[in-house]
Amino acid sequence: MTLYEWFIAALLVIGGLFTLIGALGMVKLPDLYTRLHAPTKATTMGIGCILLASMLMRLDRNEGFGIQELVISLFLFITAPVSAYMIAKAAMHLRVPLQPGSDPHRLLEKARDQQPPQ
Amino acid sequence: MLNTLLLWVAGVVGLALVLNAWRLVRGPSVTDRVLALDTMYINVIAMIILLGIYFDTSLYFEAALLIAMLGFVSTAAVSKYLLRGDIIE
Repeated sequence: MTLYEWFIAALLVIGGLFTLIGALGMVKLPDLYTRLHAPTKATTMGIGCILLASMLMRLDRNEGFGIQELVISLFLFITAPVSAYMIAKAAMHLRVPLQPGSDPHRLLEKARDQQPPQ
Repeated sequence: MLNTLLLWVAGVVGLALVLNAWRLVRGPSVTDRVLALDTMYINVIAMIILLGIYFDTSLYFEAALLIAMLGFVSTAAVSKYLLRGDIIE
């Protein structure tokens, strides 16, 4: 294996691990508001690494520059925070319970007033 | 060598999909299920891209692009519905 292939292999392994860490966070974290962190950060990083590996691999096979991967990664990087924000706002107005022991209820009331459901 | 690694990484992504499906079935609130579906479609894109490299075809990337767009639109629509009780007012 050449150094280029080792680099692709490292990107693939990092991407797979970050995807798995995001899924583990979905299972292990205590409530919805903490669970939002797992897919929006870890999974986005993981799929970014996998798409970069795919682009490099297609360059290596002389199939041209992977413009589709670039479009997919750009689209995902833009939409992941937006969808997480919309889910968090819906959960805040549906009054999804927080983890027992945390006490930001006063701040939550203020946030509900400042961010009306629209 | 790299093809074997591709299959292993696809297996890891499949394990991540199973964990997300567990959250989809279990999820105490409806927003948990929406979040699990949102994560699942991102993982499916990763899986399709890995298989696209493995089988050496560029047809799969179009499918990945379609899933990315429709997944975001469906997540936004469900969140809006949960928030307002209506999607287009």
